[in-house]
Amino acid sequence: EEIHMPETSPPPQPSCASVDLQGDSSLQVEISDAVSERDKVKFTVQTKSCLPHFAQTEFSVVRQHEEFIWLHDAYVENEEYAGLIIPPAPPRPDFEASREKLQKLGEGDSSVTREEFAKMKQELEAEYLAIFKKTVAMHEVFLQRLAAHPTLRRDHNFFVFLEYGQDLSVRGKNRKELLGGFLRNIVKSADEALITGMSGLKEVDDFFEHERTFLLEYHTRIRDACLRADRVMRAHKCLADDYIPISAALSSLGTQEVNQLRTSFLKLAELFERLRKLEGRVASDEDLKLSDMLRYYMRDSQAAKDLLYRRLRALADYENANKALDKARTRNREVRPAESHQQLCCQRFERLSDSAKQELMDFKSRRVSSFRKNLIELAELELKHAKASTLILRNTLVALKGEP
Amino acid sequence: MAAEREPPPLGDGKPTDFEDLEDGEDLFTSTVSTLESSPSSPEPASLPAEDISANSNGPKPAEVVLDDDREDLFAEATEEVSLDSPEREPILSSEPSPAVTPVTPTTLIAPRIESKSMSAPVIFDRSREEIEEAANGDIFDIEIGVSDPEKVGDGMNAYMAYRVTTKTSLSMFSKSEFSVKRRFSDFLGLHSKLASKYLHVGYIVPPAPEKSIVGMTKVKVGKEDSSSTEFVEKRRAALERYLQRTVKHPTLLQDPDLRQFLESSELPRAVNTQALSGAGILRMVNKAADAVNKMTIKMNESDAWFEEKQQQFENLDQQLRKLHVSVEALVCHRKELSANTAAFAKSAAMLELLSDYIRLIAAVKGVFDHRMKCWQKWEDAQITLLKKREAEAKMMVANKPDKIQQAKNEIREEIEEWEAKVQQGERDFEQISKTIRKEVGRFEKERVKDFKTVIIKYLESLVQTQQQLIKYWEAFLPEAKAIA
Repeated sequence: EEIHMPETSPPPQPSCASVDLQGDSSLQVEISDAVSERDKVKFTVQTKSCLPHFAQTEFSVVRQHEEFIWLHDAYVENEEYAGLIIPPAPPRPDFEASREKLQKLGEGDSSVTREEFAKMKQELEAEYLAIFKKTVAMHEVFLQRLAAHPTLRRDHNFFVFLEYGQDLSVRGKNRKELLGGFLRNIVKSADEALITGMSGLKEVDDFFEHERTFLLEYHTRIRDACLRADRVMRAHKCLADDYIPISAALSSLGTQEVNQLRTSFLKLAELFERLRKLEGRVASDEDLKLSDMLRYYMRDSQAAKDLLYRRLRALADYENANKALDKARTRNREVRPAESHQQLCCQRFERLSDSAKQELMDFKSRRVSSFRKNLIELAELELKHAKASTLILRNTLVALKGEP
Repeated sequence: MAAEREPPPLGDGKPTDFEDLEDGEDLFTSTVSTLESSPSSPEPASLPAEDISANSNGPKPAEVVLDDDREDLFAEATEEVSLDSPEREPILSSEPSPAVTPVTPTTLIAPRIESKSMSAPVIFDRSREEIEEAANGDIFDIEIGVSDPEKVGDGMNAYMAYRVTTKTSLSMFSKSEFSVKRRFSDFLGLHSKLASKYLHVGYIVPPAPEKSIVGMTKVKVGKEDSSSTEFVEKRRAALERYLQRTVKHPTLLQDPDLRQFLESSELPRAVNTQALSGAGILRMVNKAADAVNKMTIKMNESDAWFEEKQQQFENLDQQLRKLHVSVEALVCHRKELSANTAAFAKSAAMLELLSDYIRLIAAVKGVFDHRMKCWQKWEDAQITLLKKREAEAKMMVANKPDKIQQAKNEIREEIEEWEAKVQQGERDFEQISKTIRKEVGRFEKERVKDFKTVIIKYLESLVQTQQQLIKYWEAFLPEAKAIA
């Protein structure tokens, strides 16, 4: 099936408007359209820019998920950006679960009435659409952060990504590459452990010491919170879905009754239908404002951790270079190369430290303002829904009690 | 046989006390006569109908009846069984089944014996008037509470004892407030007695809570975890609801077994409620035979009301089951949600109500079935009578001088007997139909009240939850705003 983002409606706000982007209009990127085909999603990336580099002021290309990953990896592997937090890559679009559910529904369950079936189908379709919108938003936010960053936006690969009309011929990683990537991660963590255990390696800067401890803790906690929020959100969703058969059963009970219970049942059926919609909205709000935000910051904090690791690596290298220089000096052999190597390491380290500091402070303020905004919005929405629920519950109670 | 037709005196020209209580009295006669009409009863004991005076309200008359008619009853039971379906006989005869070693045949008869004390409910006391009045005026001055579950004993012989407290101003009770300790099997025993007495004449007897081997084993073994406390609490609540429903029924309230259950400090242990008792197996077989019978009885339903009602209950049953399944899912998910957000799950109460009603409706259906069986008996009696008459006619025509006189007499007697049976069958059928109509009316009223009450309570609890939510989020909002 193909699902198109409606062209006429305004571009969707990034669902995790958790990213506070600088209002710099010299390079504006957005995903103006997206199509879901079979198991691929094709994003239309539209750029508006007055930068001299580009041939036109407005242009768009079609990109797939793999190309986003390629871009992200290109940034990560680039030494120049070692001192920066690279925006986390968007997660792969995953419609599996939703598709499975739709299929199961299609297989049919004879005990389900036509109305129930229609409602359930509607719910599932809405779910599918929601997942779709989210994945578009994630991909968009990734690009927008890059576009907003003073250094990252100037990357050559980024320009190619935005402008090159043809397919970037970036195939998905084959098994060997995936494995390689996986191994690299293991090596990285092992390395990190080694470095920290290295004797003589002193963290010279309190700021970083503090940041490191904080980030490690933070990352674990936020990952936990994210999982729990997901569970809560899912439970709310299940609850909302539960109301469908209940409402239907009450409805048929009501139509059958010949006594006073008739109106009661019918009113109840209506009530549950409304509650269902509310509950569903609670679930989706929680999803957007809380779960998504937590997830995003989980990834972002991982990116920050990566930055710290790189800096630490640089520090270790610097330390090693120092030791090597000392050795060279005592032996009075190859002092020159040792000196220049040490210089290089020192410079690198300092460069990284400076930019890292800036990045981390930006990260913090970004994080804080995003949490603040989302939590406020979440609280306000929850209140709104709770009040609405109370209202319809009260109305139904009045109606029920009023009858003989 | 004619001698046994004595009980009818109870019917006509009776002291005024009896007047309001026609139904009860009829009930009595019908049961009694059914017992008598078994041709195979060895010693037709004359029913001490005279003993049943208007003013006695103790179990005394019942006791007398007990001794005299023990064999009668047992014979009657066998007889009735063979009348209905040959399959049942073998089971009954091999009764002392291994599963219930201490149970002797006499104990097994116990339920039936007690049915004899049907005489007791027809205790034409002023208390009955009181109750009827109260029922009509909707002020039922009796409150039952089940509380304080207590574990008694250890290991696999352990059981939970519950305190049953009664508060009442009805004069038929000796005190206005009293309590006793009962265990689960006592409740089951009570239900079994009430069911055997009243179901087959058309009263909707509320079903007892279900046994749960798993649940109980956990409690016995001594697991002090939340699931076993939850189980005990659920059971306690179910037992309370069961008693409250039973007590609300004006006829059942008068039953001496019920009163004994509520009042007496010592209760004979109900043994045939063990999970795999012989009586239990018999019940199962009976149920199966019933199902077969239902399919084969083609009743000529002349009364549209019954047909309509039966259909209605069938539909209701289906709908409730469906709803029950959905609400179960809801409860499950609410539990999940509450586990994840530490809130409170309240839809469980709805669930309780629904499962109660599903079982109540099964009882209702049972009552309708009994009516059908009653009708069938009547039909059979009519058919037999017809055959006998034919036989007589044939005999008249044939010319066999020798045995003719004796045979004629015999056949004459048989015809008379069957005529009586037909009449009785008809009366029974009408009686049960009448009773069922009343019962269904009462049941419906109760149902409406019950459902409404629970629904309102549930909705109110939902409102409360939402308000709590509002409170918390309102408290949280300023905190969120203060994030910096």
